[in-house]
Amino acid sequence: MSTADLFLWFFGGLLPLSAMAYFLARGKALSVESNNVRLHSRPGFYGWYAVSWVALPALAVSLLGSVAHLFNLLEIPSTMLLATAFALGGAGLWYGLGHVKAEFRARQAVEKVMRGMLFTAATISILTTLGIVLSVVFESIRFFQVIPIWDFITGTQWQPDTAFLVGAGRADESVAPPLFGSLPIFAGTFMITLIAMLVAIPIGLFAAIYMSEYASHKSRGRLKPLLEILAGIPTVVYGFFAAITISPIVVEIAHSFGLEADYTNALAPGLIMGVMIIPFISSLSDDVIRAVPQHLRDGSLALGTTKAETIRHIVLPAAFPGIVAACLLAVSRAIGETMIVVMAAGLRPNLTANPLEGMTTVTVKIVEALTGDQEFDSAFTLSAFALGLVLLIITLILNIVSIIVVRKFRQRYE
Amino acid sequence: MNNGTEMNNASDMHKGTEMNNIALDSTVETKSASFMNTHKSPRQLKRERADKRFHWYGFTAIAMALAFLVFFFIDIIGQALPAFDKTEVQVTINYTQAATKNYNKAVDKSVRRIVSRAWLRSIPQYLQAHPEMIGSSHVEWVPADSRVDQFIKEHDGHGLKSKYQRTVKKMQQENRVRSVFNTTLFTRGDSKLPEYAGIWAAAVGSVFTLLITMLVAVPIGVMTAIYLEEFAADNRFTRLIEVNINNLAAIPSILYGLLGLAIFISFFGVPRSSALAGGLTLALMTLPVIIITTRASLRAVPESIREAAYGLGASNLQTAWHHVLPLAMPGILTGSIIGLAQAMGETAPLIIVGMMAYIPDAPTSILDATTVLPAQVYTWSTESLRGYSERTAAGILVLLTVLLSLNALAVKLRNRAQQTW
Repeated sequence: MSTADLFLWFFGGLLPLSAMAYFLARGKALSVESNNVRLHSRPGFYGWYAVSWVALPALAVSLLGSVAHLFNLLEIPSTMLLATAFALGGAGLWYGLGHVKAEFRARQAVEKVMRGMLFTAATISILTTLGIVLSVVFESIRFFQVIPIWDFITGTQWQPDTAFLVGAGRADESVAPPLFGSLPIFAGTFMITLIAMLVAIPIGLFAAIYMSEYASHKSRGRLKPLLEILAGIPTVVYGFFAAITISPIVVEIAHSFGLEADYTNALAPGLIMGVMIIPFISSLSDDVIRAVPQHLRDGSLALGTTKAETIRHIVLPAAFPGIVAACLLAVSRAIGETMIVVMAAGLRPNLTANPLEGMTTVTVKIVEALTGDQEFDSAFTLSAFALGLVLLIITLILNIVSIIVVRKFRQRYE
Repeated sequence: MNNGTEMNNASDMHKGTEMNNIALDSTVETKSASFMNTHKSPRQLKRERADKRFHWYGFTAIAMALAFLVFFFIDIIGQALPAFDKTEVQVTINYTQAATKNYNKAVDKSVRRIVSRAWLRSIPQYLQAHPEMIGSSHVEWVPADSRVDQFIKEHDGHGLKSKYQRTVKKMQQENRVRSVFNTTLFTRGDSKLPEYAGIWAAAVGSVFTLLITMLVAVPIGVMTAIYLEEFAADNRFTRLIEVNINNLAAIPSILYGLLGLAIFISFFGVPRSSALAGGLTLALMTLPVIIITTRASLRAVPESIREAAYGLGASNLQTAWHHVLPLAMPGILTGSIIGLAQAMGETAPLIIVGMMAYIPDAPTSILDATTVLPAQVYTWSTESLRGYSERTAAGILVLLTVLLSLNALAVKLRNRAQQTW
């Protein structure tokens, strides 16, 4: 029996069984009530109580069975597992029906189950984080067993081409060892992030100032959704636009100044990434600027300053921590951005300060390593997880710093 | 609060006094100059000019962003529009016995490279299904080769040899070339020949993937939000969950791809490239968005509603289920739509879980290898043939239309939901 069939049988059996349990138990409760016996809870709760006795044991057994199967602890035939689950469900139905009594507190029991389920749902977010951390950490450890961590951090050469030979055990003296120096990759990432920030921070900040201080309530209501369209455009679309439209324009402009530019230059993806990030900065800054108490503005204006002076000397310093937090979030967004750079930036690691040359980024290398045809165990594939680990650490630090900064800001004015 | 803030406040105040002085100075100057007129000092004028300039900076920033938006849409639409037309040519088809074996025999040698190869290859199959056609010959409109199509649309890099260019020109004079609406684009899957490539398979894949995302992320997200807002005690574990959700919202999407690859595919054995693997990965990615928006809308329900329910003897769960949740529903819907729209446009994690394979047919189950619209756009953008680049733009246009309508729907719902209590 295939997994898909198994699922079909399991849920195909469990759902009608649960529905049956609900209606049987509720019906029984109703008939008890019609004999002028007052039940502790409403009849529906007895129904749900029976359902939880049918579904939960069956789900638990099948979950245990699949976990045991996954870890090769013991091999239970799937039909047997299915039969056990349904037998337990049937027993649960009988047990639940037996509890339709006047003194039984069904509501409390059902609410306990519901609370447990809500709590389980809440822990899934923790499990997700754990999953991300574990998946990158374990594979990274395997990578660092082959490649020394120091070489990875400080090396200036990224030449993983011979990694598959080493992986296949065919490396001999004549083959140069693969090099995994990540410095040029990170240099490319920071260069593109810098370009993006040079576009996004001024435009985003001024847009936020305009929307919160100058625009009328009505035009603000129109401008904000328009700007947020920029954040709603999929990154693959921006990537296409950067590669097909912006890159040639950049090359042409560079030529008119007598400069050489690659078609995979860092400028085009950087500019487009900056445009993508404008709404992040403008929306977050708009919120913090509006959170600055009005009496600060009134006090300043009453002293005879112009509006611009009030904004520059009073409002912006007051909102500064929030703006910094917005910029930090934008930086972490830019560092982790993938599709724009995959489509518009280069593949060749290049340690240079010239944005007109092709450069590559961490995310490009992750995609390249995991979409190639090398086997999963080769150092080349594993390098993706090591790069992912660094990416995770950087974004977590940026995020935590920005949360702390925002909290400081809130404490000041709330 | 602490030293740093105080110092900040002090410096703010200092700046305030400075400006105060400036302001006083200027008024004194004006007054001493004359009593009657409104003449302003040069300094005052300079400050007013600076004020206007600042206003303009803000306006320019908005204008630049909006100008980009306009330029972007005009560019994409301009690139996509040609893909909605396809060229057809009128040729004589000979359904001979030989054509059942060798499809090249079905048309005259002169037009063999003019018509679509994908269409030519379908002839033996067609004859198998309709044996009565063998021996007849028909004059029909058939799809043209992509190079001919690009040549007719006068695109650079069409790649049509000059010999065939002459043939096509001659056919044009004989009115044997026409342009019709490109239905292939919407009814077929990916193809190695641009004229037969369409977005159907990817669209079905997107629907499958998003269904899984929705079924997993919305219930879990809403349940988490209800737990955190209505039930959780304010203890360390709750705070851990809260910080954790904020962190998850900021983690780059590609790391979710690594999670999907290492946990779902390698560990749990979910088939690679399947809608299940992609949907689960996207579900984890959209979870924080749904949780955060749902919490915000639960928080917006006033406390008095809860207290009224408690006063009538409702339990915690009954209050949440019967009173708070229905009132928060529009907000929850908005959040879910925004989350799903984000998931629909996401590409990076799906590439990592293998959803950019060449998939010509629409999937029939969630375990089949499939691709999604943005991944299809990416695959086409890497193709070198000229015919694919307009299809890429067309795919983008379809994707953008769906996403923008979803977002507009969310904004509309949000506006309706903004109820004042």
